[in-house]
Amino acid sequence: MTTTIADRRIEDAGLEAGIARLTPEKIQKTIQAVLAGEGGARLKTYVETCVRCGMCAQACHYYMSHKDPSYAPVAKVRQTMWEILKHKGLVSPEFIHQCAQIAYTECNLCRRCMHYCPLGIDTAYIMSFVRRICHKLGVTPQYIQDTAHSHSATMNQMWVKDDEWIDTLKWQEDEARDEMPSLRIPLEVEGADFMYSVIAPEPKFRTQLIYQAAFIFNQAGVNWTMPATPGWDNSNMAMFTGDMEIMGRIEMAHFATAQRLRVKRIVMGECGHAFRAIYDVANRWLGWGMHPVPVVHSIEFFWELLNSGKIQMAKKYPGPVTIHDPCNVIRGRGLMDKLREVVHAICDGVVEMTPNREHNYCCCAGGGVINCGPPFKNVRIVGNSIKAEQLKATGVKTCIAPCHNCHGGLDDIIHKYGLGMELKFLGDIIYECMEKKGAS
Amino acid sequence: MQADQAWDWEPGARTVLEDATACAAPHEWTEEPEASPDGERLAAVANLGDGRFTVCVNAEPWETDFEKAWYLRFSPDGRLTAVTMEDGMWTVSVDGESWEESFDFAWGTTFSADGGVIAACIQSEGTYGMIVDGTPWETLHENANNFRLAADGLHTAAAVQVKSLGQADIATFQQGIFSVAVDGEPWDAIFVNCFDPAIEQKTGRAAATIRRSLYDYSVAVDGKAWDAAYDCAWGPVFHPGNGQVLAPVRKKGLWGMAGDAGFVWNPAFIQCHHPQFSADGATLAAIVAPSFGKFTVAVNAAPWSATFPVVTDLRVSPDGRTVAAQASNDNAAFRVLVNGSVWPGVYDMAYGPVICPATGQVAVRVEKDGRQAFVLGGKAHPETFDRAFNPIFSPDGAKVLLRGISGKAYKRIVAPVSAFTG
Amino acid sequence: MLELYALAVGPLAWLAFGVFVIGSLARLFSMYSLAKKKDAAFLSYMTWRYSLRSIFHWLIPFGSLGWRENPALTVVTYVFHICLFLVPIFLMSHIVMWDTSFGFTYAALPDGLADGLTVAVMVACLFFAWRRLSLPEVRFVTSTHDWLVLVLVFSTFSTGFLAYHQIGDSLTLTTLHILCGEAMLIAIPFTRLSHMLFGFFSRGYIGSEFGGVRRAKDW
Repeated sequence: MTTTIADRRIEDAGLEAGIARLTPEKIQKTIQAVLAGEGGARLKTYVETCVRCGMCAQACHYYMSHKDPSYAPVAKVRQTMWEILKHKGLVSPEFIHQCAQIAYTECNLCRRCMHYCPLGIDTAYIMSFVRRICHKLGVTPQYIQDTAHSHSATMNQMWVKDDEWIDTLKWQEDEARDEMPSLRIPLEVEGADFMYSVIAPEPKFRTQLIYQAAFIFNQAGVNWTMPATPGWDNSNMAMFTGDMEIMGRIEMAHFATAQRLRVKRIVMGECGHAFRAIYDVANRWLGWGMHPVPVVHSIEFFWELLNSGKIQMAKKYPGPVTIHDPCNVIRGRGLMDKLREVVHAICDGVVEMTPNREHNYCCCAGGGVINCGPPFKNVRIVGNSIKAEQLKATGVKTCIAPCHNCHGGLDDIIHKYGLGMELKFLGDIIYECMEKKGAS
Repeated sequence: MQADQAWDWEPGARTVLEDATACAAPHEWTEEPEASPDGERLAAVANLGDGRFTVCVNAEPWETDFEKAWYLRFSPDGRLTAVTMEDGMWTVSVDGESWEESFDFAWGTTFSADGGVIAACIQSEGTYGMIVDGTPWETLHENANNFRLAADGLHTAAAVQVKSLGQADIATFQQGIFSVAVDGEPWDAIFVNCFDPAIEQKTGRAAATIRRSLYDYSVAVDGKAWDAAYDCAWGPVFHPGNGQVLAPVRKKGLWGMAGDAGFVWNPAFIQCHHPQFSADGATLAAIVAPSFGKFTVAVNAAPWSATFPVVTDLRVSPDGRTVAAQASNDNAAFRVLVNGSVWPGVYDMAYGPVICPATGQVAVRVEKDGRQAFVLGGKAHPETFDRAFNPIFSPDGAKVLLRGISGKAYKRIVAPVSAFTG
Repeated sequence: MLELYALAVGPLAWLAFGVFVIGSLARLFSMYSLAKKKDAAFLSYMTWRYSLRSIFHWLIPFGSLGWRENPALTVVTYVFHICLFLVPIFLMSHIVMWDTSFGFTYAALPDGLADGLTVAVMVACLFFAWRRLSLPEVRFVTSTHDWLVLVLVFSTFSTGFLAYHQIGDSLTLTTLHILCGEAMLIAIPFTRLSHMLFGFFSRGYIGSEFGGVRRAKDW
């Protein structure tokens, strides 16, 4: 069935309030300013060279789930950027609502379509550009906008106040000392080998992940630290709302914190989009060619710990398990082999998904989509039935997903489609099955 | 760090503590040590077992012990501070004496330049502010961050939340809920965001980067915002001579330096941050990127010719004649930059250049192959350490105090400038 | 008609080749300038190694995920593009014109083969047209521009085919064929056909990002 974005309008307080402030003239003025200031050769080339072949349709999990052509990557561009350019920005407020709904909630910026387009057109970039326009117009979904506000006010995505952060680390240290009396979460240690960085959902909701990481690092005997100041969170929803200025400020604080602590590198928890923010997005906005301090994702760090023998497994996690490849560290950083080596080292039996590695389907939560909150929850669950089929076909009951957003997205899909699977972080399994010599 | 003539400046090495991890009380472990500015004391938090902590100074424990003790820092005048907790309440302890008042949380101890004033951040019953030498702000706020203590210690400031915000209430946030509080009292003006407040010495005037809407960045001084709007801005600085406020700002994708009358450095940089004045205000330096991925230092708007992937730790001498920074590539291959020239040494880590206020000479603590050492004017001192502390020049600049731990021993070395021969 | 023919093979031919060459260079140059001015950060990640690596994989039939998942389109696209270049360049009657005008010549395709390849192009055009009409995901994004470009290519080859087989008025068809071909040349720098110019750069850029920065394959 063929629909258009107009047929699936969703009410959202942020979007409604945003368009209520607009007129076509205001819209045109803003869009022309954004295009003049930021629209360069990439946008121009992509729009011009696209031959409208439709090959990219099958790349997109939304299309594969709905089989509705209006969800194809190129169709998203047609319903947004092409129209904007065709009308030189003179479009209606309602049209901007549609643009926002497509760009924020029907595209995860997963970049799978680049594996389908012979011309290498980066649809994720075009959707990011549409988001930038929507941000400049003040038309952003309420919940993700609130997260961007939190970033600006606290330098983390969940309104965690300065003291709450330290308090949480102290609390987790205390908890973990019941299990390993000598355990420390070393704060503000200048010259440590690495700074461990987590995203705000960890101190807010998933404190056991901090506990587990601390336990693993203490058991491994590594020289690490965590900051006791803002700059600890490298997650970045401002990057996804299109607020590049706040995006830059967050990562400036993050890198400056690591530089202040004189660490050799930053090791980060199992998050995908935060890696994207510091690896090839915000660092560029700040003028750095690459990240000024190397950032190592947990997948790679666990791989190092296992390969160097710093941690050993007492047993393997009973399998079989399957592996979900998070876009931002697989298509975004090529960690697919290391991820497999880690999983094979800690689990009994792996059943691969099809397709996998760089070709894996997105969880449909990433790119800020899950952060758009309840109004759009169904969009990303129904829009990823293909993922449910993919998971189901493995026939296994455990899925390893080394990414926070993937957990959120897959969890909803598993429930909705009754897949009866459990989701695990690598850290969950390593903590559960490792040798715990330091434990009391 | 200002050196004192009264310290022991007799050239030579002295082992202050045979075992840097020692603690005379029975203990489970000691934590990362801190050295006093004069080098005569080494302090560390010690875990006494049973969930009790204290602080050891030259292996001697404080008389008091705590449920928690951490963030051990020496003030520039040599007093030793720790953030401590007892009965679930937090405060700052100075040389073993806890401040009278304690709070639901206390953290982030800071010092005035001479160390005479000690301040920290506090949270009491969910309200936030600062405490200065044991006296908390009279007014606490729903939230506060970006805490600052003026260099002369006379005033404190922070970005404070002055209006309540419901869950996911994006409209109220965008109308503005933040201000800047000086000594606890907020400006009348309210903004969407307030970042990086700066306080002028003596006068206590405060300036901060503000966001008036999601798109409109500017600078406010004592609550009054500049008319001009920019696409982005970093934290402001006060001209030490005439009180003018300047800040790096972004316009049409490029960064420059602006005051309330507009640009003083044309927006010609891909990036521009960490501006710093000399004491007389005649020299203004900042870290800049003349082109993408290429960073250097600009002095009075003129960038040095040598560029590097990353530049950090900008320092300007009081007389403005010496400007130093460090460069790195992928957080390795650290180089030291002084007045546009590059020292020959390449290091695994550098800890920020230290400029002698008297002579303008530059010394840096560096690390190579796991050993830390000191380099002055590009030449290394022969001694190396497992872990060291930043160098301090003697008041006349003829000697440098080196402090570090090698093996188990904590040593203090007074090295004449001529001893740097490497 | 003779005058028109003379115009087509004379001044218009010069014009068409001129516009094609100069227009293409101008477009490439202006796009490069724009990239340097506004996308300098991104341009700096382009490397020969990873650009060519990506282009290489995408030049191999079924060498990428996109090609593998669209087998019919892949076969037709390859045949179409190969013929699109082979036929005009190596057709005997075209080489004869080079010879007449400039006195140089080179090996030609056997006429029978060239004829077959021409048919292949026309069939490919029909296939593309069928896709645009029948496949919802293609129809959804198809505009008049896409039809014009397709019609232009089809007209050029079909008039050539008819002229060669002497179907209809030979002079009229030949003239039409030349005019269509010239229109196509002129259209290359200024229409969707410009993917011939920019496609390698967009692929090379994304190949560089995937290869040099993201360390993942993009095929």
